Amino acid sequence: MFDWTTMGIVFALIGAVLAALMGGIGSAIGVGMTGQAAAGVVTEDPSQFGKVLILQLLPGTQGIYGLLIGFVTLTQIGILGGSADITLAKGLLYLAACLPMAIVGMVSAKWQAKAAVSSISLVAKRPDQFGKSMIFPAMVETYAVLALLISILAITSIGGLSV
Amino acid sequence: MSEEYIYAVARVRARELGLLNRQDVDQLMACRTLEECLRTLSDKGWGDGNSSTPEEVLAAEEEKTWAFIHELTKDMTPFQVLLFPTDYNNLKAAVKAVVTSVEPHDVFLPGGSVDPEVMLRCVREGDFSSLPEHMAQAADSAYHTLLQTEDGQLCDIILDRACLCDLLECGRNSGSDILRDYAELTCAVSNIKVAVRACKTGKNRAFLESALAPCGTLHVDSLAVAACKGLDELFAYLAVTPYSAAAERLKESYSAFEKWCDDKVMDLVKGQKTNPFTIGPLFAFVVARRNEISTVRIILSGKLNGLDDRMIRERLREMYV
Repeated sequence: MFDWTTMGIVFALIGAVLAALMGGIGSAIGVGMTGQAAAGVVTEDPSQFGKVLILQLLPGTQGIYGLLIGFVTLTQIGILGGSADITLAKGLLYLAACLPMAIVGMVSAKWQAKAAVSSISLVAKRPDQFGKSMIFPAMVETYAVLALLISILAITSIGGLSV
Repeated sequence: MSEEYIYAVARVRARELGLLNRQDVDQLMACRTLEECLRTLSDKGWGDGNSSTPEEVLAAEEEKTWAFIHELTKDMTPFQVLLFPTDYNNLKAAVKAVVTSVEPHDVFLPGGSVDPEVMLRCVREGDFSSLPEHMAQAADSAYHTLLQTEDGQLCDIILDRACLCDLLECGRNSGSDILRDYAELTCAVSNIKVAVRACKTGKNRAFLESALAPCGTLHVDSLAVAACKGLDELFAYLAVTPYSAAAERLKESYSAFEKWCDDKVMDLVKGQKTNPFTIGPLFAFVVARRNEISTVRIILSGKLNGLDDRMIRERLREMYV
């Protein structure tokens, strides 16, 4: 007879993996898109390299946030040391806690990339507007940061629950 | 997939900085002689360094534009919308040269998608299989019509109509809104031009029906009926279509109407300035380059022929930037 109560650690690990995986996928797509735009601008005007490089990197943060959530979760559930004795309820709670970063990370990276590609076009036409061009994709970052916060708060608080 | 054009669009955005703007046009207008204009253009990078005549400078710019587009994309199919008129013009020249047994010299336009020599060989051999299917059918029909009737105008309308039909089909199949709208606008405007000319020369309805290409924004039967009745009827019909402004310009003068057509195209492509992903900005760039080449041609011809600045300015087109 399969014992579901032992599956807590599995669900918790799935949560950690999803956070790193989906954030990473979103960032890879995003940085790839912005990289193409950046290369296009630098082909025509190599002096814009510094500016477009910063814009290219903006959608890369979601991957870092996903990695951070994955790392904190692995530490909390005892995979990186300590006791890995997690109840099914706690395992599901860790999975739920990781989802904001996983889902918002992937979606926001792609949309931030679209905003960054547009900003790279802006820099190509008006290099003096670099400061303003940074703001548009940076606004999307807000929601990735909010998701990061809620995931971190949830993950670090689950350990103290008696479930 | 829209993402495949990100690199190309970014390069186009950077290149757009080099397009002529209103101030550049004013600077050209301020030049007193043709030579001064050519020097100003040369300072802006126009020509290939060896070009000295206006035609050489303009041809070099057209060539540069297409070389840039070839660098950006391998698939030139969507750009057929811009190349069909050149191809069909060359086809007309080839058919007429063969039928009249005249050796063609300087009659072919450069930059088409089909080599004019291939067209010439096809017409000479009567085998059009080397041409695209629809173009081959039209060429066959135009060739035999010209042979039998010796009527160059009939030959022209067969090929012009085929060109517009190909253009519309290409625009509709492209999956791009800008290409579809450009093809539709080009076809509608060409139909209006045909209707006006036919009306002025007293052509009958059968002629109009064979010359007009069916499009979405104009009902060609109504256009033909109106054109047969007279210019007032034609303007009255246009007034209830999306081309009501065209009727107003036509009442002014034909050159005002032609300027309106080019400005309308420019309004259409200007929407692509904020689009960073699709083929639209590439297409808009080519149209913008052609528009500035056309504007420079008007200025250079005006300066060459000593036209009054006011007359030249009346004909100047809206610029993309």
